[in-house]
Amino acid sequence: MSTLLIIFYFLSAITIATAFLTIISKNPIHSAIYLVICFFSVAGHYLLFNAQFLAIVHIIVYSGAIMVLFLFTIMLMNLNKEGEPHKKWATKLAAVISFGLICFVMLAVFIKAMPVIAAYKQTGQDFQSIKVLGKVLLNEYMVPFEFASVLLLVAMIGTVLLSKKEKSVQ
Amino acid sequence: MDSTFIIEKSVVIVSVFAITMIFAMYSTWAERKVAAFLQDRVGPNRAGWGGLLQPLADGLKLFSKEEFFPNTPNKFLFIIGPGIAMSTALMTSAVIPWGDKLHLFGKDILLQATDIDVALLYIFGVISVGVYGIMIGGWASNNKFSLMGAVRAASQMVSYEVAMGLSMIALLMMTGTLSLKEISAQQSGMNWNVFYQPVSFLIFLICAFAETNRTPFDLAECESELIGGYHTEYSSMKMGFYLFAEYANMFISSAILSILFFGGYNYPGMEWMVENAGVNTANVIGMLALFTKICGFIFFYMWVRWTIPRFRYDQLMHLGWRILIPLAIINIMVTGVCILAFK
Repeated sequence: MSTLLIIFYFLSAITIATAFLTIISKNPIHSAIYLVICFFSVAGHYLLFNAQFLAIVHIIVYSGAIMVLFLFTIMLMNLNKEGEPHKKWATKLAAVISFGLICFVMLAVFIKAMPVIAAYKQTGQDFQSIKVLGKVLLNEYMVPFEFASVLLLVAMIGTVLLSKKEKSVQ
Repeated sequence: MDSTFIIEKSVVIVSVFAITMIFAMYSTWAERKVAAFLQDRVGPNRAGWGGLLQPLADGLKLFSKEEFFPNTPNKFLFIIGPGIAMSTALMTSAVIPWGDKLHLFGKDILLQATDIDVALLYIFGVISVGVYGIMIGGWASNNKFSLMGAVRAASQMVSYEVAMGLSMIALLMMTGTLSLKEISAQQSGMNWNVFYQPVSFLIFLICAFAETNRTPFDLAECESELIGGYHTEYSSMKMGFYLFAEYANMFISSAILSILFFGGYNYPGMEWMVENAGVNTANVIGMLALFTKICGFIFFYMWVRWTIPRFRYDQLMHLGWRILIPLAIINIMVTGVCILAFK
């Protein structure tokens, strides 16, 4: 077995184990910490593909920003175990179906992208370098890229509106 | 991978590790000496000449103190907290170029553990992960004051990371690369980035103070309100790790400031030295120049600590979100206009 393969199995074991522990553990903080470890091992998988930019951005965004805020919230909320609300069967079913639909969309995206990836492979450029990535994003995928940023902006404005204190009625 | 490569890199990595540790150790000594100087005292002068053995005495003291465990159900997280803080403080040094290269044994040796394409992003990644050490330690202490300190530290670091990242974008628009090696090489002669991006430098400096939890931003361990902040419940070497991590962070952020804005290992007349005195001499002087700049910044950190009082918490958030972030965005726009106009 090559070294890369051993590293791959090791990382995969960590990823799957911590993902399960995230769901299983009773304490919400332990769950969040397992999720952080899971994110780190996913970043390790990106590094195995030699996608340095993706790995680092994954760590900055998910482990560094989102999970820190998440832990922060859980620590302040002081959740108790008994008060967990049980969702209805219909809600659970709806969640499963919508997740299945998202998987379907992802699969469609991957199948659609196959010929494009093959075309890029022929150009022989180093697609993990940020220079090439930036050019591709801002030339060929300009519109989706801008749409994604507009979506983020809308989400941000929405959060600010929601968290603003309501003016007291006089 | 041949064995010479592995040996070469191991030597570089071990020496970088040792240098970071020694700097962090002697920063504790320097901090006391600088404090004494600024307050017109003598400072430590019992252990060794001029108190030079004081860090060793401190280490011995911390190791031999009683290990106290608070009544917490999360003993593992309580122990791992300082470990995370320490290891993230040491990880950043992997991408810092300490010099250009040395010519030894018939081959060029790069004075850098690794030169990756996304070095600057790597540093941001490690900094953003660094907050976990404080948060996990503070939470696992099972103490309200520790938790408050941890939460303060986390919100402060997340807020100032935004301004730090935005101030970096203006610099990146000029350099066009994320590799610290190339950024250093671009500043040869006296083309230091601080002359082109003074606003960016100012924002980065303020954010570096906030990220290392140093005064005037040390609200995470604000004694008058929070006893000791996130390390209230810590004792012995676990406490030592938290304190040591702060000094290691200070050293690393000084190194990053010198490399990004003050020319890194470049000094005036380096080209001339390379031609006339050989590559090795020129680069050894370059390394000394870098360490001089780093020491200057460390002194600046201490100077500020013993001069400026601590902010109030709402003032801190106001400065981060309402002043530094808009300033950084305006700086990006001005830089963009300048690049368009002068190219």
